[in-house]
Amino acid sequence: MAQSPSPRPLSPHLSVYKLPLTALTSISHRATGVINSVALVLIVWTLAGAAGPADSFGFIGALVQSWFGKLMMFGFTLTLYYHLCNGIRHLIWDAGYGFELETAAKSAKISIIAAVVLSVITWMVAL
Amino acid sequence: MAEFTLPANSVVMPGKHFAAPEGATNTRLFKIYRFDPDTGENPRVDTFDVDMDTCGPMVLDAIIKIKSEMDSSLTFRRSCREGICGSCAMNIDGSNTLACTMSLEDIDGDVTIYPLPHQPILKDLVSDLTNFYAQYASIEPWLKSDSPAPPDRERLQSPADRERLDGAYECILCACCSTSCPSYWWNSDRYLGPAALLASYRWLSDSRDDATGERLDDLEDPFKLYRCHTIMNCAQVCPKGLNPAKAIAETKKMMVQRRL
Repeated sequence: MAQSPSPRPLSPHLSVYKLPLTALTSISHRATGVINSVALVLIVWTLAGAAGPADSFGFIGALVQSWFGKLMMFGFTLTLYYHLCNGIRHLIWDAGYGFELETAAKSAKISIIAAVVLSVITWMVAL
Repeated sequence: MAEFTLPANSVVMPGKHFAAPEGATNTRLFKIYRFDPDTGENPRVDTFDVDMDTCGPMVLDAIIKIKSEMDSSLTFRRSCREGICGSCAMNIDGSNTLACTMSLEDIDGDVTIYPLPHQPILKDLVSDLTNFYAQYASIEPWLKSDSPAPPDRERLQSPADRERLDGAYECILCACCSTSCPSYWWNSDRYLGPAALLASYRWLSDSRDDATGERLDDLEDPFKLYRCHTIMNCAQVCPKGLNPAKAIAETKKMMVQRRL
């Protein structure tokens, strides 16, 4: 953007703005998208490791079975389901529905709750 | 590219305190962003103890009172004081709105007032809206028709066609929506923002306008239209209750539909 001759200050933005729920779900969608991309690389790394020789298999097995490994995996389940649920919300928006403020706030809550519920169910089935 | 922090000349410093007049018992603290272009100093936040027993009910009443009685240099735009001119748009209590229609009762605790976010500041609460107006002009907000106007009357449209403009024409160009949009903060040089896109949709959906194709061609760009990520801040803050996010989604749909 063309700058005016006198150096005018830029007014505060992120630091003073109270982001509403719909904005928080939007930035979370992007954040979980980035996390999922990184996590998928790690998942491939563990699968490749598990397919390797016995000591490699043992190491990966211990890592995944540890509380840290489980926490990471649960976190990935959560970000995956959140990105999926909120992605469906975006598809509905793209079709032109759900823009009323009450509906958008409701669908934001549904995305979050659905992600948690689906994650818990997945882990109940898996464990 | 998004810059999440303020440039060095924009970092806000602590400011002066203005005490309430003696004898005031019911005071409220106002924290107001100040910038004086004549000093070359960084912006600051001044605090004012305002006597609420002699103050009107709206935020605009309070800042007019501050200007009249406490610091006459406080600078802001205002005109109609009834939510139709859009002059007094500012960031109040963390959200963009019009000072004249924002009731002080609806704010908890101290009243924090900043100018519209991520804008170049001329003085105090007055931001430079040149870019915002240029974007509005760029969507060519006027009727483009291939047929000559009837000599003896208006161009008619059916009540149903007229109804399609409801929610699109009422915009007062206060800039609350565009300056609430994080996508606009990071890309206001290339993304048109909710206000200009709502205005664009107003002409796209007008049955009397024949330039729909050209208008859509002009928006066929990675930034102008498609930087909207349905964050919905625009619809949350619109003082007229309009929904630019929906208008942008409808425009995106028109883009797809004309290719099917």
